[in-house]
Amino acid sequence: MEELRVAPGRSLPELADVWWRRPMDEAELTRRGRISTAYTAVYVTPFIVIGVALLLIEPLLFPVAMWSFAHAWVIPELFAHRGARVAFPLERQGSAEPERTALGLLGDLLDHEPRRLMSESGLALHHGRMGAWLVGEAGALLVRPNGWRVHCFCVRATDPDLPRGDRIAHLLLALRQDEIGFATVANHAFTGAAWRVRRRLKEHQRPALDAGIVAAAS
Amino acid sequence: MARLVRLDRTGHTELAEWSPGDPDSHVRAATLFEEQLAGGYMGVAQLADGSLEQVKELPPGAELVMLRRPIAGG
Repeated sequence: MEELRVAPGRSLPELADVWWRRPMDEAELTRRGRISTAYTAVYVTPFIVIGVALLLIEPLLFPVAMWSFAHAWVIPELFAHRGARVAFPLERQGSAEPERTALGLLGDLLDHEPRRLMSESGLALHHGRMGAWLVGEAGALLVRPNGWRVHCFCVRATDPDLPRGDRIAHLLLALRQDEIGFATVANHAFTGAAWRVRRRLKEHQRPALDAGIVAAAS
Repeated sequence: MARLVRLDRTGHTELAEWSPGDPDSHVRAATLFEEQLAGGYMGVAQLADGSLEQVKELPPGAELVMLRRPIAGG
């Protein structure tokens, strides 16, 4: 059999369109995580301090303190919601036959367990070097190896009229070709605690994140 | 038989088949492959170990070559 004329490890061609970006490798993911944690602390801490101070100064200011604590809780939730949205299914859906055909090809790209998870959650699980990926129609979640932190990436196939299965297959093919390249081409939407992202996912998608956490930790 | 498959709005379309023992079938598939690349598609070959590689020529030894559109940050 003739040897394949391929270039092993070749980067995604799409990287040429985002040449100015730092590669989204291990170091960059860690840096983004630390920045996110620091940023969250910067805007949450004042609300907590104000709430505690109000209670110490005058316990009757309890409602105002609660308002302050609520801000400290809600703002990270809003950021997490923005991140989790990358995994939401798109409203646009094609006709039945192309959808069925596309899902058939996508199923061929997945092992048995990820295929089952895909049919239930609409997210395709892929074990990468940087963690466990959950690929949706217009984005992907990366669960880091400790299973605690999730990175949310917004990325899509450029043809908006593809069937759902093909949109996921496009992203999965690119991810399996070049993991760092895929994460670099994608827009980094959010990083934070897995439990916070899980709360913001659609209910039927949560088991997929649970499986991703288990896969990432193993 | 090796297959050349395009991911498109119909789900996917099988454009060509070829076998290593039939050079003519590979030439025909390679011509179609190049036409698709010129139209903006990208070639992805699935290797024997299941890994995927970007290809700019149709590899005679691949069992499955897929054509996909580019991706972009959303």
